[in-house]
Amino acid sequence: MIALEKRPNPSAFWGYLTPLLAVVATMIAGGLMFAALGKDPFQSLKLIFWDPIFGEFAFYYRGQLLIKAGPLILIAIGLSLGFRAGIWNIGAEGQYVMGAIFGAAVGLALYPAETRWIFPLMVVFGAIGGFVWAMIPAILKTKFNTNEILVSLLLVYVAEQFLAKMAFGALRNPDGQGFPGSRNLAQWSSSSNSEIIAGTGIHYGVVAATIAVLLAAILLSRHRIGFDIRIMGVAPKAAAFSGVNPQRMVFFCLGISGALAGLAGLFEVTGPSGQITDSFNVGYGFTAIIVAFLGRLNPIGILFAGLLIGLTYIGGDAAQAGIGLPGAAIQAFQGMLLFFLLAFDLLTQFRIRWARATA
Amino acid sequence: MTQDLLALEGLTKAYPGVVANDAVSLTIRAGEVHALLGENGAGKSTLVKMIYGLVKPDSGAMTLDGAPFEPADPRVARAAGIGMVFQHFSLFEALTVAENIALGMENPPKTRELSRQIREVSETYGLPLNPDRTVGTLSAGERQRVEIIRCLLQNPRLLVMDEPTSVLTPQEVDILFTTLRKLSAEGTAILYISHKLEEIRALCERATILRGGKVVETCDPREESARSLAEMMVGKSFATATRQNAKVGAPMLVVDGLHTQAASSFGTSLKDISLRVAEGEILGIGGVAGNGQDELLAALSGEARTMPGAVTLRGEHIGSLPPRARRAAGLCVGPEERLGHAAAPSLSLTENALLTADTREGLSTRGFISWRKVRAFTEKVIANFDVRTPGPEVAAQALSGGNLQKFVMGREMLQRPAALVINQPTWGVDAAAAASIRQKLIELAGEGVAILVISQDLDELFEIADRFAALNEGRLSPARPMAELDMEEIGLMLGGVHGEEAA
Repeated sequence: MIALEKRPNPSAFWGYLTPLLAVVATMIAGGLMFAALGKDPFQSLKLIFWDPIFGEFAFYYRGQLLIKAGPLILIAIGLSLGFRAGIWNIGAEGQYVMGAIFGAAVGLALYPAETRWIFPLMVVFGAIGGFVWAMIPAILKTKFNTNEILVSLLLVYVAEQFLAKMAFGALRNPDGQGFPGSRNLAQWSSSSNSEIIAGTGIHYGVVAATIAVLLAAILLSRHRIGFDIRIMGVAPKAAAFSGVNPQRMVFFCLGISGALAGLAGLFEVTGPSGQITDSFNVGYGFTAIIVAFLGRLNPIGILFAGLLIGLTYIGGDAAQAGIGLPGAAIQAFQGMLLFFLLAFDLLTQFRIRWARATA
Repeated sequence: MTQDLLALEGLTKAYPGVVANDAVSLTIRAGEVHALLGENGAGKSTLVKMIYGLVKPDSGAMTLDGAPFEPADPRVARAAGIGMVFQHFSLFEALTVAENIALGMENPPKTRELSRQIREVSETYGLPLNPDRTVGTLSAGERQRVEIIRCLLQNPRLLVMDEPTSVLTPQEVDILFTTLRKLSAEGTAILYISHKLEEIRALCERATILRGGKVVETCDPREESARSLAEMMVGKSFATATRQNAKVGAPMLVVDGLHTQAASSFGTSLKDISLRVAEGEILGIGGVAGNGQDELLAALSGEARTMPGAVTLRGEHIGSLPPRARRAAGLCVGPEERLGHAAAPSLSLTENALLTADTREGLSTRGFISWRKVRAFTEKVIANFDVRTPGPEVAAQALSGGNLQKFVMGREMLQRPAALVINQPTWGVDAAAAASIRQKLIELAGEGVAILVISQDLDELFEIADRFAALNEGRLSPARPMAELDMEEIGLMLGGVHGEEAA
C-alpha cells in the first residue's frame, strides 16, 4: 500500500524537479496519444520540440517563439501574483481582449495622425482596458462576496461578444469594402508594434514581458507587497493579523493581472495580429494559466515555462501542417502538461512511503 | 490490595525520527485514579492512543484482567470497557445532546429511551445535563459532560481523561472531581492526564511520569509537592517567576464601552467591555474558553475595527486603526493560536519575524525589505528566548508547539512595545520555559510596559497579575487586585455572577 506523509518542510529539491518530471511524463503520455492517432510518436515529438529550434526552418520559427512566448509570459506574471495570494483570475482572456479593444479604439480615433505619442497612448489605454475589465470581478467579490473564478471566467464570453460587435461595427475599417475587422494597426506607422531587431521576434510586448519578470521577481523577494501576497496565500488569518487588508489585495492582484493581460492584448493587436477581428485572440489568456503553474508561480520559472509552451504552440502548428496532427491533440498535450505538473506537485509537500497493508 | 486491571509491558512506538514511547510499563488497578504526567512531547498521547486502539504498538504487550489485550481499533477498546474523553470535543453544535450521543453508539436505543438513560446517568453521578438541549448552546463544561456521559453509558472499567479541566471553572472542576471519586469508589479505574499538578495531588493516588518517551518515576502524588512533580517531569530544577512590586504609572491601554457583534452564530459578542492597564502593570483576564477571548484579542489587535474611542493608547484613539498602525503606535499582540494565526505555518522563522516586527523594528524602507535586518532580529529572538531550532530558515510548522510559542512571545516582547496583549502566553509550553516566559513578562512590566494577559490558567494569573478581571459570555467583570482574591472568589467571578444576568 502507498501512504503519503506530509513533509515538515516543503522540499526544495522536488520543487525544482517536478516541472522537469512533468515535461517528461507529458512527452510519454503525449507520444502514446499521438501513436493512438496513427502518427509516429517520435516524429511528432521531434516536430514539436526539436525542429522549431534546430530544424531546417528554424530561422523562421525562432522568431515566432518569442512572439508566442511574450504575451504568455506577460499575462502569466500578472496571474501568478493573484494565484499566490489565493485570488483566482481565470478571465485573463477577456481582459486581454478588452485591452486590445480599448487601446485600438484610442489609436483608431486619432487615425491617420502621424505622431510618436499615439503608440504610448494606446499602450496606456490597453492596460486600462484590461484593468477595468478585471475590476468587475474585484468589485463584485469585495462588495457582494461573489466568486471571482466564475465572474472573471464568464466575463471572457462577454468580452468576446463585445469584440465581435466591435469588429463588425464601430471599429470596422471604413475603407475595408465591408469586410469585418479594423484598419491594420501594424501597417500604420503611428501604432505599429514592429520588431525591434528584425528576425528575432522581439517587439515591445517581449520587452514588456521581460520587464514584468524582473519587477515581479523583485516584488516577491524584496518588497513588502510581495511578502503580503505570499502570506495571504499560505495563511490568510496570519496575514490579517499581520495587517494585510484582504479587500485591497483583491483589487491589487486583479488590477495588476488585468492590466498586464490588457497590455498583452494591445501589443498583439498592434503587432503580430495587426487588426481587431472577431477572432484575433487565440487563447493566450487561458494558456497563461498553465504557464503560471508550470513556472511554479515563480517569475523566472514562468519565463522558462512561457518559452516551453510557446514552443508547443509553434511546434504544434508545424505538426499540424507537416503530418496533419489535429489541433485538439496539441491542446490536449498542453493540458497533460498541467495535469502532470499538479500530480507531481504532491511530492513537494508529501513524501511517499511504501507500507505493508495493515488489517 | 486490589488487582491490576490493565498492565502495560514494554510498550514501544517509534515514528520517523522520534521514539514516542520507549519500553513503557505501567499498571492500573481497578478503582484507582492514576495520573499520567509529562511535558508536551513526552509521549502521553501516544501511550493513551495505544490503549484506546488508535495506534498499534511496535512491540510490547498489554493485558486486561490478565488476558492479552490488543485492540485493533477504538470499537474493540470500547467493547473491552475502555472509555476515553478527549481534550478536544467531537460534538455537532447543531444537534441535541441525545442526538450527539446516539451518533457515537453502535446500536443506539430509541431517543426517548436514550434520553431516560442520559438523565439517569447524569443524576447518579451529579452531572446535570438536559438531553434535549442543542450542543451549540452549552458551555464548555456542559459539553464535557456530554462526552463523559457518552462514555459512562458504555459502563467502562477504565476511563481515560485527557486534560479534562483546561476548559472548566474551579466550581466545575469540583463537580467533575466529585464524579470521578464516585466512579472510582464503584471500581472504575481512571487514567488522568493533566498539566495541573495541584489537581493531580488532590485527586490521584498514583502517578506515572514520562519524560522523552520513558517512564522516569512512579510515585504517590499526595506525598510530593507540585514543585517536585514538575522537576521530575522536566528532569531538572528551575526557578519560579517572582513578582517584585512594580511601580504602576499612568494609564496606558484603555478600553471603554467596547461592543462587537459575534462573527458566527456560535461566536461570542463583546458587551460593554471597559478596562484600563497602567504602565508597569499586568492585568490578568481569566475566563473559560469561548467566552470572548478571541474576540477581545481581535478588537485590540485591529483585526476587528471598533469605534475610534473604544480603544485608546496613551490617550490616543486607536480603535479604528488597522493592525500595522496600532503596532506603530506601540501596541503589540500575541494571539492564542500559534500556527495559522500568530505565525504562517509554511513560512520560515525569518519570514514570520517580518510578519509583525516590520513596522516597529524598521525592517523595511519604503516597502523594500532588508532581509539582513530581519535575520538579525530573528536570531535575537531565537537566542533571547531559547527557541530550539536548527536555524532561522526552518519553517514554523517544523517547530514543536512550545518552541514556536517561545518564538512568537519573543517576537512581540522584543519589539519594545508600550502595551502588550497576550492570549495564553504559556499554552502548551513546558514548565521550565513557561516559568521563563512569565519571568520575562514580569521584567517587561518592570520596564514600564502595560501588559494584558488573557489566560485560562488561573495559577499563572495568580503568579504574575497585579489585578484580575473575569470574562464571561462577552462581559468583563470590574478588575480587582489579585492579592485580595482567592480561588473561590475567582470561581464566582468566572461563572456565577455574570452568567445569570445574561440568561
